[in-house]
Amino acid sequence: MNNLINLISLWALPIILLVILTVGIFKKVPIYEEFTEGAKDGFKIAIKIIPYLVAIIVGISMLRASGAIEMCSNLFSGVLTKFNVPADTLPLMIVRSLSGSAALGVFSDIANNLGPDSFATKLSAIMVGSSETTFYVLAVYFGAVGIKKLRYAILVGILADIIGIIAAIWVANLMFA
Amino acid sequence: MNYIFYFLIVISIIIGAINGKLQEVTNAVMEGAELSVKVAFSLIGIMAFWLGIMKIAQKSGIIDWIAKVLKPITKVLFNEIPPESDAVGDIAMNFTANAFGLSNAATPFGLKAMEKLQEVNKDKTSASNSMCLLLGMNTAGFQLIPTTVLAVLVGIGYKNPTEIIAPTLLVTTIAFVSAIILSKIFQKFWKPQIEGVKDEQSD
Repeated sequence: MNNLINLISLWALPIILLVILTVGIFKKVPIYEEFTEGAKDGFKIAIKIIPYLVAIIVGISMLRASGAIEMCSNLFSGVLTKFNVPADTLPLMIVRSLSGSAALGVFSDIANNLGPDSFATKLSAIMVGSSETTFYVLAVYFGAVGIKKLRYAILVGILADIIGIIAAIWVANLMFA
Repeated sequence: MNYIFYFLIVISIIIGAINGKLQEVTNAVMEGAELSVKVAFSLIGIMAFWLGIMKIAQKSGIIDWIAKVLKPITKVLFNEIPPESDAVGDIAMNFTANAFGLSNAATPFGLKAMEKLQEVNKDKTSASNSMCLLLGMNTAGFQLIPTTVLAVLVGIGYKNPTEIIAPTLLVTTIAFVSAIILSKIFQKFWKPQIEGVKDEQSD
């Protein structure tokens, strides 16, 4: 099972490339010209999202530096121990939607300090594996097309994250507690 | 977005002051600004590469084929995309790349899809229903195999790291489906507010 998953991860990209290029050649598509034509857009899009990224990443960096996330964890720790949620995983729940690298950092920290057998490690593995950095996606995707009115998009993102956290706690308790 | 931006910065300064971490907060401004440009620049090469590959896939008809296979699903979900737009193909590729954990490849597809949705969007500053749905699907982060998490678990000597895959898949599916359902519910309440622009929803 382990080998199979490693095999899939290893071959997913090469196979996609092989299939696309081979089909292209067979259909007599000028693949080099089309490639460079498409690649031009990469530069344009990356430059376009910089202002949006600066706004979001600066704001979140400030919030992390201020110690607000630790304060939130302390505030909620009493409630969550009732649902068999280890206090160590609380910073992760908050940071998960804000910063992907921070979430991975918190998770590595939990895993290394509490070890492979702890419930906190398993719960945080599920929480990190099942999430995407909501605010980053929001800034990049809407920034690229200049959307300023988000309407309900942010609410959907946050609610789905909360549902994900609750589901993670439920499933982890069901399987590993 | 205005309030989120304001809230992030004001709260950070106030709490930073309370915790005696104002210096760290100020430093974070510089570091954050630098980091965002680094992130954007690190995207350029990957984006250029995948958009180039995508162009070949599009010209050789692969995108059309994938879009056709996923059409029964995307047609129901993105029922507001006019038939002349080919955004559905990019949305399908975005989802496929995400599912295989290729988030670097998924972003260019997603952005291309956003651009095509923007072309058919009536109010260019306000997100359309389809755009909100695509965003919701991406923020939920549906992924078949959590590769980075597995790598960390293997690193700490976790005996059977693959036991984490099934529960993670279940949770991510729940979050993903919730995002779709919530988008569909909320679009009834948050109508686009611009005058003279009627809601795209026809029912």
